[in-house]
Amino acid sequence: MNLTLRIWRQRSPQDKGRMVTYQVSDVSPDMSFLEMLDVLNERLILEGEEPVAFDHDCREGICGMCSMVINGRPHGPQKLTTTCQLHMRHFKDGDTIDIEPWRARAFPVIKDLVVNRSAFDKIIQAGGYISAPTGSAPDAHSTPVPKPDADAAFEAAECIACGACVAACPNGSGMLFTAAKITHLGLLPQGQPERETRVLDMVAAHDDAGFGGCTNIGECTASCPKGIPLTTIGRLNGDFIKAARKRS
Amino acid sequence: MLDNQTGDNQMGNDQMGNDQMGNDQMGNDPMGNDQIGNYIVGEPIAETKAPDGPIETRWERRRFSGKLVNPANKRKMTVIVVGTGLAGASAGATLAELGYHVKSYCYQDSPRRAHSIAAQGGINAAKNYRNDGDSVYRLFYDTVKGGDFRSRESNVYRLAEVSVNIIDQAVAQGVPFAREYGGLLDTRSFGGTQVSRTFYARGQTGQQLLLGAYQALERQIAAGNVEMNARHEMLELIIVDGRARGIVVRDLVTGEITTEFADAVVLASGGYGNVFFLSTNAKGCNVTASWRAHRKGALFANPCYTQIHPTCIPQSGDHQSKLTLMSESLRNDGRVWVPKKAGDKRAPGDIPEDERDYYLERIYPSFGNLVPRDIASRAAKNVCDEGRGVGPGGLGVYLDFADAIKRLGRPAVEAKYGNLFDMYQRITGEDPYEVPMRIYPAVHYTMGGLWVDYDLQSTIPGLFVIGEANFSDHGANRLGASALMQGLADGYFVLPNTINEYLAAGPFPKVDGQHPAAVEARTQVEDRLQRLLSINGDRTVDSFHRELGHIMWEYCGMERTDAGLRKAIELIRGLREEYWRRVKVSGAGEGLNQALERAGRVADFLELAELMCIDALHRTESCGGHFRAESQTPDGEAQRDDENFSYVAAWEFTGAGQPPVLHKEDLNFEYVHPTQRSYK
Ligand SMILES: Cc1cc2nc3c(=O)[nH]c(=O)nc-3n(C[C@H](O)[C@H](O)[C@H](O)COP(=O)(O)OP(=O)(O)OC[C@H]3O[C@@H](n4cnc5c(N)ncnc54)[C@H](O)[C@@H]3O)c2cc1C
Ligand code: FES
Repeated sequence: MNLTLRIWRQRSPQDKGRMVTYQVSDVSPDMSFLEMLDVLNERLILEGEEPVAFDHDCREGICGMCSMVINGRPHGPQKLTTTCQLHMRHFKDGDTIDIEPWRARAFPVIKDLVVNRSAFDKIIQAGGYISAPTGSAPDAHSTPVPKPDADAAFEAAECIACGACVAACPNGSGMLFTAAKITHLGLLPQGQPERETRVLDMVAAHDDAGFGGCTNIGECTASCPKGIPLTTIGRLNGDFIKAARKRS
Repeated sequence: MLDNQTGDNQMGNDQMGNDQMGNDQMGNDPMGNDQIGNYIVGEPIAETKAPDGPIETRWERRRFSGKLVNPANKRKMTVIVVGTGLAGASAGATLAELGYHVKSYCYQDSPRRAHSIAAQGGINAAKNYRNDGDSVYRLFYDTVKGGDFRSRESNVYRLAEVSVNIIDQAVAQGVPFAREYGGLLDTRSFGGTQVSRTFYARGQTGQQLLLGAYQALERQIAAGNVEMNARHEMLELIIVDGRARGIVVRDLVTGEITTEFADAVVLASGGYGNVFFLSTNAKGCNVTASWRAHRKGALFANPCYTQIHPTCIPQSGDHQSKLTLMSESLRNDGRVWVPKKAGDKRAPGDIPEDERDYYLERIYPSFGNLVPRDIASRAAKNVCDEGRGVGPGGLGVYLDFADAIKRLGRPAVEAKYGNLFDMYQRITGEDPYEVPMRIYPAVHYTMGGLWVDYDLQSTIPGLFVIGEANFSDHGANRLGASALMQGLADGYFVLPNTINEYLAAGPFPKVDGQHPAAVEARTQVEDRLQRLLSINGDRTVDSFHRELGHIMWEYCGMERTDAGLRKAIELIRGLREEYWRRVKVSGAGEGLNQALERAGRVADFLELAELMCIDALHRTESCGGHFRAESQTPDGEAQRDDENFSYVAAWEFTGAGQPPVLHKEDLNFEYVHPTQRSYK
């Protein structure tokens, strides 16, 4: 099939950036979206132009590197699917496709479709862990964990930190990401001792990093490739209120 | 009394560093470098750090005999860790907890995205929670045997021993492993073992283990003990007075080149499967960190040992950029078949039962579809070579769940494999509940890597290598669920103990960017980048990488022959020469330039590929993942040659295209006696 791509090109963080139109032909429906961009980039290089910069690594939907807004939706039209797992059979001959970077105050653009997501690491640094230095652990079976808790913790821990939630949110909030970690660790017995400080510190780091507030719109969960549920935010709020009361 | 394993051969590590043998001999090498596959046999090398005596207490005795570093001195020392996968993140966090200052590097935008994140199936540990006869000794035995008797007993025993601590550590960090209704950990059996010792977190075990290690690392970053440098790539090693003292890195965002220094350098930079272009590895996986160290004197061991995984989604066309693994667990219920007739173009549903060949069940009646990875892969290649392959290009075999669906019902199959079936459908557009899956083998893992001793130190003093980047524990074939175990064993428990012995002599004299060794290394990097940018030829980096991948897959893949390997070496040399003439890299050295990043990596792959072929050519036996067509049993199975090849091949670099020097480390088996593997 033949497609028209309109891609955000921005040379540097300072550059203003603009949409540039490219034609690509002979796209196979079996190609992944990123393979289609590979083909375009190979051509641009041979023409002496700079290829389109975009983040990617595993191309299996697990590392969280890939990050494009496709036709206005983070990761494109297919639900529960990262950009790298999206295939061209979901498009048709003659389509025009808009491709843009994540846009959020906390994620400044570095170049073209590549943004800086280090703000997510800052949130984890503030408390997204259980303090258990190597060697200090008791036998793994010393604390049983009820299966439903373990399963729910796992589901929250599936977050790949791609940032689609932030890109989708009109407020640019990173609350779904933060809440997923709060939920994962807060559901486990090992996570209890630091539960209160964790939620206060992580939320403070979230706000400091330039993410917007959460107003329960729900766009985050709708565009999350891992389907992290909105209930995690409810859980975060509950923990936060409890911890804040105690502290004050 | 047990024999002293290494006592009679004291060619130690330190000697290697200063020993000039290889290089000096090269000057008057009578063979010349135009002869394909030549190499020079150098002095043997021996592992001298593992104590002898009872294997059960070797690790304990090594920890006791090793020197300690007092806490005040630890604070004065810096360790560079390149890589934040399971090995690098666990090592970085643990070294920082011990009091060292750590500088950590990865090429991704966050340490959490290292390739380890993609591991699916699980992690082995000899917990024996099932009471099914497992033990440290059995895991040790299975690993030595699975590696086809090409690994070191001392190392493997230690790996099995610390495996139990890994699970404890991960649970304490909040890794959400699968659990049973009683709240205890669930396990499964994996990769053909008869005990159930694989711990898992649905199909995302690597992700969950890596997040545990990443969070521990972030905690140390917050505490100021780790300086994290994401989006930085190591491009050269700096050696000062015979010791590894630093690295040259490029900031991938600004393009700035800097020199970084420390008292020791740890490489945790992963495997080199991407030399084949198409593999199940992440796109960025590369050999640059290891290869740069190799060029500076670190020996590279067993480069030809690669693992090809039998169940991957076949290539769909020339645009293919990577291959996706489908979990091995599918072989528990799926049946593998191809048409009996070559060139049969009928749809699978139209091929009657008696015209199908369930070849694994036919050839290996006792293991059937569950034969080990190397055997299943080669069998698939054989039927495709006979023209009986299915799908585009005839490069695929069916993995059919029709019987399982009939026997168990669709809901049961869905519960077990639903997410894998969805992934398959997402990629191929075909519904595996209705038509059989198509699968084909793909490169998955590299057992070879930089040579290390029992302390995980390379032949360059102060350079340590952990995780997939070293060669140490898997011999010629890795068992499923053992790479995660090894990466975390190295990073959490082994290196943080053994590195003290080396650092006890530190802190070492301060060096800075003005030191001649640093200036030289930095200039090398800058010149090379400049050269890549200035060739301005007419072929892209990827086109070279693809071509290299074809050569390697064809001649150094599942089956290797003398003639094929010689041909490959010739082709690789030609391609390498062409690369430096015709490659085109647009853009500049300043700022983010992904084409330039790839160009450097592919240049290193082009050198590594030749060494892999030389290694494969010299090892005329078949063992594990290395199958030489000339060395097979009458019924077509791999035939080892213990008499001549019971050694580790550790190669010394002498120049690109120059004959490398082979140092042999003899392998002695005191506990597990080599036998012929049989799965019939
Ligand atoms: C699809 C798939 C599934 C797998 N499933 C399993 C499984 O179920 N069980 C199992 O045991 N094993 C499995 N494996 C194997 C296992 O995942 C790997 O062997 C293991 O994760 C490697 O870990 P590592 O820490 O050594 O390296 P990696 O995780 O590869 O990390 C390498 C690190 O080095 C960095 N790096 C590399 N080069 C440079 C450089 N030049 N400069 C700076 N940084 C650099 C990278 O940024 C990265 O942080 C699987 C592998 C694949 C491909
Ligand atoms: S590239 Fe890893 S999630 Fe898309």
